[in-house]
Amino acid sequence: MAAVGDTHEAQLVDDLTRTQLVQYAGASGDYNPLHTDEPFAKEITHYPTVFAHGMLTMGMTGQALTAWLGDDALRTFGVRFSAQVWPGDKLTARFTVEGEEEGALQIAVSVVNQDDREVLVGTATAAA
Amino acid sequence: MADNVQFPIEAGHVMLFRRAVGYPDADTSSAVPPTFAIASAQFDPDYPLRPKPGQAWFGSGKNPTSAAPTGDSGGPPTLHAEQHFEYHRPIRIGETLTVSSEPGKSWEREGRAGLLKFSERVTHYRDADGNDVVTGRSVGVQVHPKQEGGE
Repeated sequence: MAAVGDTHEAQLVDDLTRTQLVQYAGASGDYNPLHTDEPFAKEITHYPTVFAHGMLTMGMTGQALTAWLGDDALRTFGVRFSAQVWPGDKLTARFTVEGEEEGALQIAVSVVNQDDREVLVGTATAAA
Repeated sequence: MADNVQFPIEAGHVMLFRRAVGYPDADTSSAVPPTFAIASAQFDPDYPLRPKPGQAWFGSGKNPTSAAPTGDSGGPPTLHAEQHFEYHRPIRIGETLTVSSEPGKSWEREGRAGLLKFSERVTHYRDADGNDVVTGRSVGVQVHPKQEGGE
């Protein structure tokens, strides 16, 4: 059981593959070619390659949160996508229990890439 | 999105979604992941980011692109800036949720890349009794690049 002051770190992915972006597109229904279509991403939008759905990063972060706190523990979960996530990236999530209010743990959420650049920042609350 | 989209929570769909976001295959729990509500897009007949037979699609085929993005209102593309969920109770496999959404606040600010136009959308996922199960709030951003002199 997590308590105020606890921190938890989880590796979300070691070497993000384009195949996982395809998997996420198929499961979520978000087929924006920016995420799976190399000619479109490079030649039309002038990105170096495809990049991950923000919701894939949030989804992996949600998996790590439930692995730590238990399925169905979350009451709220909100994030801002602060930088793009690319194939080959290694992502690490860091969770800090900052307080407890009205029976809910207040958790700071941060995900960084291999260069320690933050790609996602947010908060979650969970049953204490 | 369409009004009152019917979103059946199906075991196979949940399994595919769990695998895509990194749950181990060996973990056969049927718990619905915390971001699964977003996959209601699969059941929205008006969802613009899904190719449809007989309709132009903006991804590559013979050429790197073949159409303007569907549903694009003109101007720069909208990027997903924020996503928030409030869970009223867990989603369960076997139930059907009714999904509806409405525009929220909109605001602007100057950023390094130009004028940033933010717009919010609030999405309600309700059960057969009309009770809230999940409330989603997404924030999209359009970046309007700074106009350089002399162009």
